[in-house]
Amino acid sequence: MSGPNTDYDPVEVTPLKAEEVEAMREAALAAVAAAADLDALKQVRLEHAGDRSPLALANREIGALPPQARKEAGQRVGQARGAVARALAERQEVLEAEHEEGMLVTETVDVTLPTDRRRRGSRHPLTLQSELIADIFTAMGWEIAEGPLVEAEWLNFDALNLGPDHPARTMQDTFWTEPAENHVVLRTQTSPVQARTMLTRTPPIYVACPGRVFRTDEYDATHSPMFHQVEGLVVDEGISMAHLKGALDHFAARMFGEGVGTRFRPSYFPFTEPSAEVDLRCFVCLGVRPEECRTCRGEGWIEWGGCGVVNPRVLVACGVDPEVYSGFAFGMGIDRSFMFRHELEDLRPLFEGDVRFSSAFGTEI
Amino acid sequence: MKAPLSWIKEYVDVPADVTTEELTRRLTLTGLKLEAVESPGAQISGPLVVGRVLTMEPEPQKNGKTINWCTVDVGDANGTGEPQGIVCGAHNFAPGDLVVVILPGGVLPGNFEISARKTYGHLSAGMICSARELGLGEDHDGIIVLPADAGEPGQDARGVLGLDEEVIELEVNPDRAYALSLRGIAREVAVSVEGATGFRDPALRDTPPANDAGHPVVVEDPTGCPVFVARKVTGFDPSAPTPSFIADRIAAAGMRSISLAVDVTNYVMLETGRPIHGYDADKLRGPLVVRRAAAGERMVTLDGTQRVLSPEDLVVTDDSGIIGLGGVMGGETTEMSATTTSILVEAAHWDAVSMFRTGKRHRITSEAGKRNERGVDPTICEAAADRVVELLVAHGGGAADPGVTVVGTPPPMPTLTVAGDRAARVSGMEISEQTAAEMLRAVGCEVSGEGTGTLSVVPPPWRPDLTDPQDTTEEVVRLVGYDKVPSVVPVPPAGRGLTRVQQLRRRFSRTAAAEGYTEVVTFPFVGDADLDALGIPGDDPRRTLLRLENPLSAEAPCMTTTLLPGLLRAAARNVGLGAASFGLFETATVTLPTGGVAPILPVDRRPTEDELRSLEEALPRQPLRLGLVAVGEADASGWWGQGRPVSWADAVDAARAVADSVGLELAARATERAPWHPGRCAELVLAAVEAGDDGTVVGHAGELHPKVCATLGLPRGSVAAELDLDVLVEHAVHLRPAPAFSGYPVAKEDVALVVDAGVPAASVEAALREGAGELLESVRLFDVYTGEQVGEGRKSLAYALRFRASDRTLKEGEAAAAREAAVARAAELTGAAQR
Ligand SMILES: [Zn+2]
Repeated sequence: MSGPNTDYDPVEVTPLKAEEVEAMREAALAAVAAAADLDALKQVRLEHAGDRSPLALANREIGALPPQARKEAGQRVGQARGAVARALAERQEVLEAEHEEGMLVTETVDVTLPTDRRRRGSRHPLTLQSELIADIFTAMGWEIAEGPLVEAEWLNFDALNLGPDHPARTMQDTFWTEPAENHVVLRTQTSPVQARTMLTRTPPIYVACPGRVFRTDEYDATHSPMFHQVEGLVVDEGISMAHLKGALDHFAARMFGEGVGTRFRPSYFPFTEPSAEVDLRCFVCLGVRPEECRTCRGEGWIEWGGCGVVNPRVLVACGVDPEVYSGFAFGMGIDRSFMFRHELEDLRPLFEGDVRFSSAFGTEI
Repeated sequence: MKAPLSWIKEYVDVPADVTTEELTRRLTLTGLKLEAVESPGAQISGPLVVGRVLTMEPEPQKNGKTINWCTVDVGDANGTGEPQGIVCGAHNFAPGDLVVVILPGGVLPGNFEISARKTYGHLSAGMICSARELGLGEDHDGIIVLPADAGEPGQDARGVLGLDEEVIELEVNPDRAYALSLRGIAREVAVSVEGATGFRDPALRDTPPANDAGHPVVVEDPTGCPVFVARKVTGFDPSAPTPSFIADRIAAAGMRSISLAVDVTNYVMLETGRPIHGYDADKLRGPLVVRRAAAGERMVTLDGTQRVLSPEDLVVTDDSGIIGLGGVMGGETTEMSATTTSILVEAAHWDAVSMFRTGKRHRITSEAGKRNERGVDPTICEAAADRVVELLVAHGGGAADPGVTVVGTPPPMPTLTVAGDRAARVSGMEISEQTAAEMLRAVGCEVSGEGTGTLSVVPPPWRPDLTDPQDTTEEVVRLVGYDKVPSVVPVPPAGRGLTRVQQLRRRFSRTAAAEGYTEVVTFPFVGDADLDALGIPGDDPRRTLLRLENPLSAEAPCMTTTLLPGLLRAAARNVGLGAASFGLFETATVTLPTGGVAPILPVDRRPTEDELRSLEEALPRQPLRLGLVAVGEADASGWWGQGRPVSWADAVDAARAVADSVGLELAARATERAPWHPGRCAELVLAAVEAGDDGTVVGHAGELHPKVCATLGLPRGSVAAELDLDVLVEHAVHLRPAPAFSGYPVAKEDVALVVDAGVPAASVEAALREGAGELLESVRLFDVYTGEQVGEGRKSLAYALRFRASDRTLKEGEAAAAREAAVARAAELTGAAQR
């Protein structure tokens, strides 16, 4: 190590000559520029900016100069070292960026590879449709009522004005439980839920009852011993058929699209009188040139369900005063609605549990 | 009900400009829904005209056939007035004959399009038609030659051939029995079709007065049979054919022609709605007696079936015994036959409820029964019997016996009191009292009290269904028009939305789907074999099944007590269809029978609370369950490497996810239960239970028994779970305080403990928690090891413990001390030794 030497002639210190410093600086900058990667740059840093680099060594000689020469030499060397340090930093940044980029390139994958490592689940379309219906009615301010599938005969029939000798009782092919003297049936309709609602609440009543029902129909493309219905019941003061029409028109539009309304035709149900069949305006053709329409088969209308003004006899049996209150009720098949809404010709896939069927509908419709 | 339009028009005048479409549209809108219109000429379109053969020249052909080259006058129908040249292969006609010609542009049944074409060296412009070509019959012997006065050349031939006849089929609701007759339908047309007038009642006729000369009849049960009319025809020719107008019409109505005598009774039934029975009068012995049967009495009905009677059945007897099941079906012994020359005609009014019960009891459905049980006009028995006699005499010869037996009188119709504004209030339309009265008169009611606010209404005898104000209201509203009901959305009070229970149920279902299970809906019917397949033992409570009286299948006559049979069947079906890896779930109620009697309560008042309770108590328990099953791989194999097969733990974890969706944690305990593997079944209980409490059982999960998998055709190792969702709903966490987290550093300590292989990991973990004290933040089992290093019958459980204080940084040694305490507790409670 050389230390300050007062005997030394500073003018004669070669490394501190301007041209020498300039040469060191040029050499260092050239080396920095030539460094091809971070490792090379590390080596350059060592050689041209390290403790033993020419500029560092030159710096050490400054102290040996006479005071009047020190300032000038110090400036010269300091500027050169600064320029080299800046060049190193800049080059470092550039090389780091290049390195990063190169690494990402090598990490590239084929994003079109399959990703189905986890099994996907799905919900049954009838569940989804029931929930959609429930949401439509709760949005109207109604509530959703429920009841048991295995039901008392009285609630399934008698309370609904279907006495033991009512001709309509034979129209419903009922599953009876053993022994028949117990008067317990599989409910043939969701109407017993309406009776239960009237028996346990006081009007005003605004409820919809989606649910599962049973009939002794042999299982085929269009019949099932188990299917799903939704019924609605309103009991309040001053309720008329006009309100029934309004509620069904709204339901139809929410479920099948704006502009889809309903039509009433006279019919017969013991539970209601006056009674009506409800036809749904075909939501595909909207009744325009229905002859070309596959959904309504040229009718312009689709049979949707039954409805009517609650028979006062039913109100009496369920403890509602028919002098004060009136009501309406309606019912339609959820499965059937699903079938024409989704162009399903054969209902059996609904009940066969084939994963491919439910999966097609995802978790929400 | 099928009715030929021409028959309807016999009783009502319909303006010519009212099309069938319009007429049936009106009937549909007022409650008789059109099912179908049948028309023999429906498949013929284009010019079908009467033609007169002008010339015919036979031309032998090389193939041996002879064709006729004809010119036919078709008037102006061809647009030129020139004779039409037509080649015809038939020979059963001569120049001057009137024939039926279809001109080019027409279409015959089978979509056979007619065009002018070159054939046999001529341009044949049309076709002379045979009955078969027109779809009118099988007769192909020749073309149709019309009577000389049938019409003029060029005239549309449809009317001449009766191709215009249309049969409309209407759906008749149970309350509209009157429309099961031409009389009723014609009356309905008169009421509901605009412009239809002049209804002529076919049951309105002069009938001979009753006398003592008729066949003696005694009615012992006037409630069951209020009116009994008997008339007799003698000298009848049993071989007389049924005239074509009767045969055609009953055929059009869907009934088979049998013999003149039977056809006439059916014809009059269709015409008037009144079922008629005919006896072979020579087979009758003594007076007819109407009474209820004695229990156990027997008879053979004319369908040859031996019937054991009930005291509710109404029967007709003579000295020989029972000869008919009144109003439902006649007996074999007095049936009319091919040798019957003397006929006793019975037109009786029967109690509708008795008819319904007898028909149901003996499983007899007939055209007569259908009408009798719905209610027939009781005032037309004499007219209907007289009409039968008239037709029998007119077409079968013989003579009407002067004897006329009439027993009983028609019951009077009730007087209904109806508020004048009721129809308006019920319908939401503006219907005045006057309009209401007009509409009721239109359907045959006598109405008085207009202007008083209250109408007195006496329904006509053919409307036994009108018994209440709501019945007359429906009549008024349907005639004013359902299509005019305005649409007004009702506004309820503010609603509460879905109940909490309903919201929770949606969560269960969404969670199961999110866990990778696909929802299915299966039938709840099972039989013993289904439970056998699951290996469920005979004394298992799940064997107590609610049985159906009338199951669709003898193999599945019961309501299931578990969701697994249906789910596993569905899983096996998917496997059969080639699915390798999948999960299924179902939410549904099961039926746990209790076997009570649900009383039939009165309907004229609200049941009492006690009565309602007795209904509820009689019903089986029907808890809501969630079942799931998984088959194949839980994580799929793929380009990323080998997958992972489903394991018992997947079933348990899915169950835990479902419980977690409502804030509940499930603890597992080993149990043995079908259909699971005896060593791989977890009983799942609510975890947050007091010490010493067994915990509420929520369900079971695990790997299925290999035998069950083999029996059902599922791969070995398939897993399943079944949970009681009602229990989860009941204990669901409603509100919980927000958690507080410590921001101080964590101290981690690992520990490996060796215990007997039979010690449940959950017990070791519980002991560690207990011993570690409140500094413990979490315990996680990260490794289970068995092998030489720990010795036979032992296992090593490695736990990662995390310690943290809520208010300070732990001091040196604090965590280690807590770990030592935890290990000590584990050693004490489970015999664990630190490794
Ligand atoms: Zn359409």
